[in-house]
Amino acid sequence: MDTIPEIPKEEYILKCTSACAGCSDSLALRYVLKAAGPDTVLVVPACCTSVIQGIYPNTAFNVPVYNIAFASAAACASGMSNAFRAAGKKTNVIAYAGDGGTLDIGIQAMSGAFERGTDFLYICYDNEAYGNTGMQRSGGTPLGARTTTTPTGKTDNKKDIDAIIAAHDPPYQATACAAYPQDLFKKVTKALTFRGPTFIHILAPCPPGWRYSTEKSVEMGKLAVKSGMWVLYEREYGKLTIGAQSKAAIKKPIPLEDYLAPQGRFKGIDPKTVDILKQRIAKNLAKLAAEEAAS
Amino acid sequence: MKKISTGNKAVAEAVKQIVPAVVAAYPITPQTEIVEQIAEFVSSGELKSRYIAVESEHSAMAACIGASITGVRTFTATSSHGLLYMHEMTNWAAGARLPIVMANVNRSLGPGWNIWAEHTDALQERDTGWLQVYVSTVQEAYDATIMAFRIAEHNDVLLPVMVNLDGFLLSHIMQPLDTVDVGDFVPPIQLPHAIDVKNPTGYGGLTGPDQQFKFRWDIERSIRDSVKVIEATEKEFAKRFGRKYGFTEDYQCADADVIIVAMGTLGKEAEVAVDLLRKEGIKAGSMRLRWLRPFPKLDLKGKQVVVIDRDYSFGRGGILATEIMAQTKEDVFSVIAGLGGQEVTYEDVAGFVRKRRMGEEFWFGVNNNV
Repeated sequence: MDTIPEIPKEEYILKCTSACAGCSDSLALRYVLKAAGPDTVLVVPACCTSVIQGIYPNTAFNVPVYNIAFASAAACASGMSNAFRAAGKKTNVIAYAGDGGTLDIGIQAMSGAFERGTDFLYICYDNEAYGNTGMQRSGGTPLGARTTTTPTGKTDNKKDIDAIIAAHDPPYQATACAAYPQDLFKKVTKALTFRGPTFIHILAPCPPGWRYSTEKSVEMGKLAVKSGMWVLYEREYGKLTIGAQSKAAIKKPIPLEDYLAPQGRFKGIDPKTVDILKQRIAKNLAKLAAEEAAS
Repeated sequence: MKKISTGNKAVAEAVKQIVPAVVAAYPITPQTEIVEQIAEFVSSGELKSRYIAVESEHSAMAACIGASITGVRTFTATSSHGLLYMHEMTNWAAGARLPIVMANVNRSLGPGWNIWAEHTDALQERDTGWLQVYVSTVQEAYDATIMAFRIAEHNDVLLPVMVNLDGFLLSHIMQPLDTVDVGDFVPPIQLPHAIDVKNPTGYGGLTGPDQQFKFRWDIERSIRDSVKVIEATEKEFAKRFGRKYGFTEDYQCADADVIIVAMGTLGKEAEVAVDLLRKEGIKAGSMRLRWLRPFPKLDLKGKQVVVIDRDYSFGRGGILATEIMAQTKEDVFSVIAGLGGQEVTYEDVAGFVRKRRMGEEFWFGVNNNV
């Protein structure tokens, strides 16, 4: 993963999206679509991406976008993929959903689509809360984070959706982060070479939701990776490869406080909760390192 | 070709001949035989469709939507709780103007767990923008399914169609079935708004208060336009295959003093009841309502009307009776009968007419004064 990819100049996210300033969902999607190219359909459930397309009759997206109800991105994509394949078309079908639409309300349809071997790419861009409804907690919200429905900090852990996906044994799954667009580009390109269901989980830092200033989205993503809070890896036919950036974090992570401190959502977090987060990070990194060594 | 079939198998037979590109379905009693039969046709190679065995009805309709918007023909089947579970997506299918065809095997709603016939399931979908037809025989289940594709896919309609057949009373009974060579009766599907990657378009995105109502009106306009398409389709069907259908099936209505209005198999019982009543000197007729949406103009002028509802809207009344009372000034006797598969014989139906109390509502089996 160390080579620098040729990233096409073509843009599929045009100017004048209605995204918030510093939105890393839009940044991630820009590279997702550069990797996927024009023969692609996005299936988007209710999420920030349904908002940032713009308002009818305008759209800022230059690929067909099928907006669908919250719980049903994977099921809709499943029907679409089958219809395209039945017609002999290779069109990429990408379900592009937030953490709420993936970890929470959409998990049943997603699990079903993976179990059925649907030929599609499912991307979860994860800003760790229900963003466009005003930052309510989701299954993706980390322990200790304040949201509008966890005003004193979340008391439950973040759901490990990647482990749930791994249990479906897809040919390819990866994690990525909007702060590392080249890595993301390569992973999307690779995912689309497989037949069957593939999954990419993108950490998408969110200035209004995480409460940091808008110019720091890339920095936030990098701090997440460097602290080990977010781990970059890919799993191909069950073989795990941890990304170089995360390998460095395993060897020598930056203090977790460096990641938490700039974010308003962690303001006033109990030191005991920080300790639990640190323990969970260490456990997760050790588990992944052991899996990589064994595979 | 003449054979003996259940209502469910008749629907599956029609689907086999129409060849949808994608069938996505989830099993539920008493619909199961439809999807089992289709799965068998697909696995034996008799039907060149993709069968997606989804994990829920919500996903069944979502998958049909995803397939349909690529411009291909789709089908699903459900019943009762399955229909209610996909309710969010039935709205989406109609709003997205997708000509999905669905068979719904009418069944009661829980609790308690009751698998028997009732129309409340489909009637809770009344306002979604789907066209709804209710059938009464195995032959009609087959014929209506074939016609449903042609009507749904007509460019003046482009709305989904639901073919309703009574659970067990029709889904599981055996009757003669005469299958036809469909030929070009159902032309190839041409969806004008199908996804085209060469012409990227957004579907169903943010739509403001200055626009949304236009899309709602467009659905209503097309439902109104569907009247002519239904009439033309049924006329063409009769011409080609010899079986006539209409918005209603009228039996002895012309000179009748009292007309029984019902849907589904109860509408057939009503015809037998009419014969009984006529022998007694009561000039009765039966008007079996086939299409609930679009709701037809019923010719009930000067008649007493006995409406039998196998459904109910709590706090208001029988749904069919309510619809009819909204349209006509004639006196209506509203009978609630057959809920949860309650047995209603033609003798019972004749009894409703003999002891009718115009302007009142009567729950069969609850009061015993009829």
